[in-house]
Amino acid sequence: MILKRTCKQVSRLILQAEDQALPLKERLAVRLHLWACTACTRFTAQVSLMRKATARWRHYSEDASGD
Amino acid sequence: MTDASDVAPALEKLRPQLLKFALLQLRNAAWAEDAVSETLLAALEKPQAFARQSQLKTWLIGILKHKLVDQIRRNCRELSTTSADDEQDFEDELFQADGHWRDAPQDWGDPEHSLRQVEFMQVLEACVDQLPGQQGRLFMMREWLELETEEICKTLQISPTNLWVMLHRARLRLRECLALNWFAGGSKA
Repeated sequence: MILKRTCKQVSRLILQAEDQALPLKERLAVRLHLWACTACTRFTAQVSLMRKATARWRHYSEDASGD
Repeated sequence: MTDASDVAPALEKLRPQLLKFALLQLRNAAWAEDAVSETLLAALEKPQAFARQSQLKTWLIGILKHKLVDQIRRNCRELSTTSADDEQDFEDELFQADGHWRDAPQDWGDPEHSLRQVEFMQVLEACVDQLPGQQGRLFMMREWLELETEEICKTLQISPTNLWVMLHRARLRLRECLALNWFAGGSKA
């Protein structure tokens, strides 16, 4: 199947999307996979949390009140 | 901050914090020291700016980021080298040969709960510190200096594929470190 991806492939694409926009076909393949896969959905949520945490840490590092 | 006699103690107090971030970025004590010294020298050249700076640290961190990019440019050859740790591929520990997870990722609970806690920021910082040298430098360039991937590749003269592989490994390691040191046991999450 053209749009079938393994969890390993999906995890790579999800991390890749942190640095560059994915091609449409890959975005579709990821969405399809996430539709049915709890593990990769959790992984996606973890990556999203890490992104927010890093942004907050960056802000906190620059903040006058932060140590 | 208008009184000149206040400047030296204020800079002295902030110096360790600047050095911490310089070290996280460069992973080299001598160059980190230089970047911090350059930052403080640059700050002292603008005495009138001190008076206006209610947020001295924010201003200094801003200068430091520029000085760190200068240091990276200057030492790009040395800063492009990878260690055995950098090259170790983490994926096989996470996935079976058929591409399935060995252990399914856990639910990290309500993100806002973790994000609000200062302790979580400290764990995150410790995890970034534990990344292998090149992974740590590239992760910091991307996430702390907020450089575009094209700029990182150009500055360090590495290929986009190489950068992507290193960032991928860094993020997998970071995730593993957070899972172990913050989310394991569910006491805080």
